[in-house]
Amino acid sequence: MIAELSHYALVLALALAIMQAVLPLWGAAKNDATLMGVAEPVAIANFAFVALAFAGLTALYIGSDFSVTNVFENSHSAKPLIYKITGVWGNHEGSMLLWVLVLALFSAFVAAFGGNLPARLRANALGVQGLIATAFLLFILTTSNPFLRLEPAPAEGRDLNPILQDLGLAIHPPLLYLGYVGFSISFAFAVAALLEGKIDAAWARWVRPWTLAAWVFLTLGIAMGSYWAYYELGWGGFWFWDPVENASVLPWLTGTALLHSALVVEKRDALKIWTVLLAILAFSLSLLGTFLVRSGVLTSVHAFATDPTRGVFILAILAFFIGGSLALFAWRAPELKPGGIFAPVSREGALILNNLLLTAAAATVLTGTLYPLALEALTGEKISVGAPFFNRTVGPLMLLLLVLMPAGPLLAWKRGDALGAAQRLVLAGGIALAAVILLYITAGGSLMAAISLFVAVFAIAGAITEFAERIQLFRVSAGELFSRAIGLPRAAYGSIFAHAGIGLALLGIVAESNWSTERIVALKPGDQVSIASFNLGYTGIGRREGPNWIEDVGRFEVRRGGTLVAVAEPAKRVYVARGMPTTEASIHTFGLGQLYVTINDPEQGGGVSARIYWKPLVLLIWLGPVLMAVGGVLSLSDRRLRIGAPRRAARAAVAPAE
Amino acid sequence: MRRPLHGIALHVAALAFAFATALGAALALEPGEMLKDSALEARARALTKTLRCMVCQNESIDDSNAPLARDLRVLVRERVAAGDSDAQVREFLVARYGEFILLEPRFGARTLLLWGVPVLVIVLGGLGVALAIRAKRPAPAPLSEEEQRRLAAILNENKKL
Repeated sequence: MIAELSHYALVLALALAIMQAVLPLWGAAKNDATLMGVAEPVAIANFAFVALAFAGLTALYIGSDFSVTNVFENSHSAKPLIYKITGVWGNHEGSMLLWVLVLALFSAFVAAFGGNLPARLRANALGVQGLIATAFLLFILTTSNPFLRLEPAPAEGRDLNPILQDLGLAIHPPLLYLGYVGFSISFAFAVAALLEGKIDAAWARWVRPWTLAAWVFLTLGIAMGSYWAYYELGWGGFWFWDPVENASVLPWLTGTALLHSALVVEKRDALKIWTVLLAILAFSLSLLGTFLVRSGVLTSVHAFATDPTRGVFILAILAFFIGGSLALFAWRAPELKPGGIFAPVSREGALILNNLLLTAAAATVLTGTLYPLALEALTGEKISVGAPFFNRTVGPLMLLLLVLMPAGPLLAWKRGDALGAAQRLVLAGGIALAAVILLYITAGGSLMAAISLFVAVFAIAGAITEFAERIQLFRVSAGELFSRAIGLPRAAYGSIFAHAGIGLALLGIVAESNWSTERIVALKPGDQVSIASFNLGYTGIGRREGPNWIEDVGRFEVRRGGTLVAVAEPAKRVYVARGMPTTEASIHTFGLGQLYVTINDPEQGGGVSARIYWKPLVLLIWLGPVLMAVGGVLSLSDRRLRIGAPRRAARAAVAPAE
Repeated sequence: MRRPLHGIALHVAALAFAFATALGAALALEPGEMLKDSALEARARALTKTLRCMVCQNESIDDSNAPLARDLRVLVRERVAAGDSDAQVREFLVARYGEFILLEPRFGARTLLLWGVPVLVIVLGGLGVALAIRAKRPAPAPLSEEEQRRLAAILNENKKL
């Protein structure tokens, strides 16, 4: 019954989505308030029905109803409850349903809290959201229905892919989708603006909070995915330039560019056409990412879907939305009036440079990801484009971006003082240089390592310089410093945190790739290994049993200066239902560094070969993005943006029924 | 919610476990494969990180557990130990397995666009931006007669001081 009801709810959601797509757009074109007014209640109802279907699928998973094909293929009665729930989106059909759920959620938010938007803009934006929802609901119902039954019902399920049986699955995909799909709002606003032929500072103020929210989620989602891969895959890498990772980085790069260019539209009424294009591109690349992952066109670990009909369907969706929006852009963009003028050396100029570098990075990642496909299709020749290529091309672009970053906030709008900004950054540059000299002497490294280290420390010190400049450190009394620090707008703190965060992440990456130490050794019980300041004593191997797996677990006593500081228990695990082995790394954190131990299959007599890493400062790779996200949230809570858009939200929450 | 494994399930599990172990779902690089000479080993290691495990999905042979990756790791170390330069090892492998094995494609006619994209975007984008900024900046309008007179008056006043 649950399956049928949920299926029905999804069909009703499709009907509502079609209404949401057609009526408000028609109303906006005819200037008919009644038709436009349909958008809000329908968007909220659409969310309710998609949520109902999603809840239904979750109930089927929790109840282990193996008469439903999707549950049978991806669940197991012995699986812990948390993985029964996360298993809902650990497969193609369920993850598409999650995608639509997030989309409907965002639409409902715009409907509920978008009261201060101009009626036509709101109707057009919700209409575009309705179009997207219609396309994806059709896709789910016709090619990826999670509610299909199986006859006769099997007694036991096939279990979820062991790599996915992890807390990471609970957090990573929802965050990532909140980011991907969040950009649909900026997209919808951009298309709405094109339909109206009007875009101004107010528009940028409405769009920015949504873009910022999506960016925060995407940043956290990507960082979370990276940490997950780091501890789950068992060889200590944190970024593989896998096509699927690239697919998530593309909207991030364009979204970051969009955040910065929307700032120019908001403050200076310039860069409007480019900003609209970026809003279209950010979501188009989200769609492309969904296509690459879902169609299985690029086979990689994440691609669960291999059915070509799905690929063709998503390709059609892609063509419709990307092609349609770009055509609309080409047609209507010339009508947008260009705004304020500015000198090349100015805040605007710096933000344009930021956009140029981010766009170049995005173009490189996109080309690198699709090039092998295109080349093989055109010439039949097979080449690989992997990590070394991306490190060599995207790496320098990002370094250039980060080394220029501290100067941006120090330049004035319209006409900046390059020399003045440079003078104010002398101290930051000195600190960075000192760090390079110090670490070069003690730890050594390549020229590239020295350059990257300089850029990382400079970016962090530059963010602190921005703070010092804003509160006029060294120029005013201590009491006034405090009141200045309090009085600083939250958006200013947001930018300082985000800029320091990316610097910290780079510092972590530099440390991980240059000063990690690694030991690959064969051990017998009683053997000792030293690495960095640690001494690991291997005591032997034992067998352990979990709810749906068994593992061989090694035991290492970790000593530092003679005292026992940790017991490392890395394991080789086999998941019963699929007979699939996984490597369970043992990770212990000391300060910002981590001791990372994995073992191979044990030999007769308890011998084992182990891989032991000491990775100094490695946590910064993920703490940096967390700091960036904190910056995003701070900026989101800024008074300026609250006045711009969701101010009514607070009131509506207090008195919902009016 | 944790249920112990029992009966047939446990049996199947043990079998699966033995099977997986026998197959040697190994950790990428094994201690036994490594070269004694640490300088040569470091070179071989760096090389294997840039070579694709051709039966895997976007994994280097250094990272991969696949038997083929292991064979290639051994092969690379043999060549390195025999005195081949990095370029010679790559050449040898490309001749045997094709360009597909290189994770970093070589610069050439076929990959011109690939390698050129970052530069192209920066150059064309920069040019576009420069033109746009220039077009936007209106040339200062010539002073009107009235303004000319006022300017002259101000200049004269300054002279008197």
